[in-house]
Amino acid sequence: MQAFRLVVTLDPDLLEITLRSLQVTLSALVIAAVIALPLAALLSVRRFRFRRATIAVLNALMGLPPVVVGLVVYILLSRGGPLGVLGLLFTPAAMIIAQVVIIVPLMASVAHQSLRELWSDYRDLLISMNATRRQRMQALLWDGRRALLTACLAGFGRAIGEVGAIMIVGGNIDHATRVLTTAVVLETGRGDFALALALGFVLVGMAVAVNLAIHGLSRTETEGRW
Amino acid sequence: MTGMLPLTVTGAVVRRRGRVLVGPVDLTLDGAGVTMVIGPNGSGKTTLLRLLHGLARLSEGRVAWNCPAREARRRQAFVFQSPVMMRRSVRDNIAYGLIVGGTPRRAARAGAEHWAARVGLTEALNRPATALSGGERQKLAIARALIREPEVLFLDEPCAALDGRATRDIEAILCAAAGGGTRLIMSTHDMGQARRLADEVVFMLGGRVGECTPAGTFFDRPGSAEARAFLRGDIVE
Repeated sequence: MQAFRLVVTLDPDLLEITLRSLQVTLSALVIAAVIALPLAALLSVRRFRFRRATIAVLNALMGLPPVVVGLVVYILLSRGGPLGVLGLLFTPAAMIIAQVVIIVPLMASVAHQSLRELWSDYRDLLISMNATRRQRMQALLWDGRRALLTACLAGFGRAIGEVGAIMIVGGNIDHATRVLTTAVVLETGRGDFALALALGFVLVGMAVAVNLAIHGLSRTETEGRW
Repeated sequence: MTGMLPLTVTGAVVRRRGRVLVGPVDLTLDGAGVTMVIGPNGSGKTTLLRLLHGLARLSEGRVAWNCPAREARRRQAFVFQSPVMMRRSVRDNIAYGLIVGGTPRRAARAGAEHWAARVGLTEALNRPATALSGGERQKLAIARALIREPEVLFLDEPCAALDGRATRDIEAILCAAAGGGTRLIMSTHDMGQARRLADEVVFMLGGRVGECTPAGTFFDRPGSAEARAFLRGDIVE
């Protein structure tokens, strides 16, 4: 009951944590999309020597353990590390970096699966029309937008529920880097199950809401099979 | 700008996995009008068209236009047997033919509307292209090719699997294009269509060019026994 009251009364701490969660995950999602989607299109359109190897590595990286990513990013950003001068460790920026590393392979791989199919449809036409590589990629990304949305959803889901990496690089500092998942871990450990449950409700609710919103969006946009 | 014809093919061979699909082919195409590629299934009609267009990779020999290769690619278009529908509206599909060439989007859409009217797709402009029927898809593909004002247009069995009315519509579009000076090189299974449209016939058999003669000569006095048998309707292999 306590948990519901916290959610319904918009407890300020809960609100702050929720907003930070969204901010970190959405930033990571946007950055990852900018990297992963063109990469997927390039992998579909272009035949180069290490293409197969790149795809295999991407698929393998999908299963990358978040704590390992967290550890590596931690080492890179720590004061003694190569990027230590930036002073990013234990900031939301560090958490965004870690999440981007985790979801780029996932998104690129999922996007590549569908773009590859689209490319086998379009190949002859686009080559015949003398489209440049850039135009080919643009055509794939635009006409495959529905499938790319799925890739983004997968990335969002993975990022919002991620805890290991952001715990390590963010440090779960109150009012600075505490997000929903790390807060759940903390509150559970402290035995404050009401707060932990409330945080859990919000987390699940948010994931469902985003999925529904995107579903509605893609259905109103097109009625056909794409 | 000089014309891109004659097209000269010398000793061209297309191999895939060690098997010869077409060739060796020596062929010269010049003049105006409609060249019809006919022959039994698997005789290499499609591969010949793809080879001429530059889609099939040559294993041997060469294909030379009367202009640099880059320029030649820009001045020709291809309509596939099963047309590729891009996942967009009919208008954007047709406009894409221009957009690829660098025309601004707005002008390309206006051009698309003009061409949709010429092929009879005006009512379908806003519909998704994947929802079109077989005949409409073929019309869309032809409009998308013709909007680029190609000097040479290749068509691979554009009327296969279409009924009489759709075939008649498409033949009318093609005749108009040929009348406007576009050189058509197309394949067909339909001997009636070949007789109606052809100015010149390329008869393919077993991956080689059996004959390349003016249509009148071919249909009246075919030069080879195989061609005679094929025209009679016998099964030729």
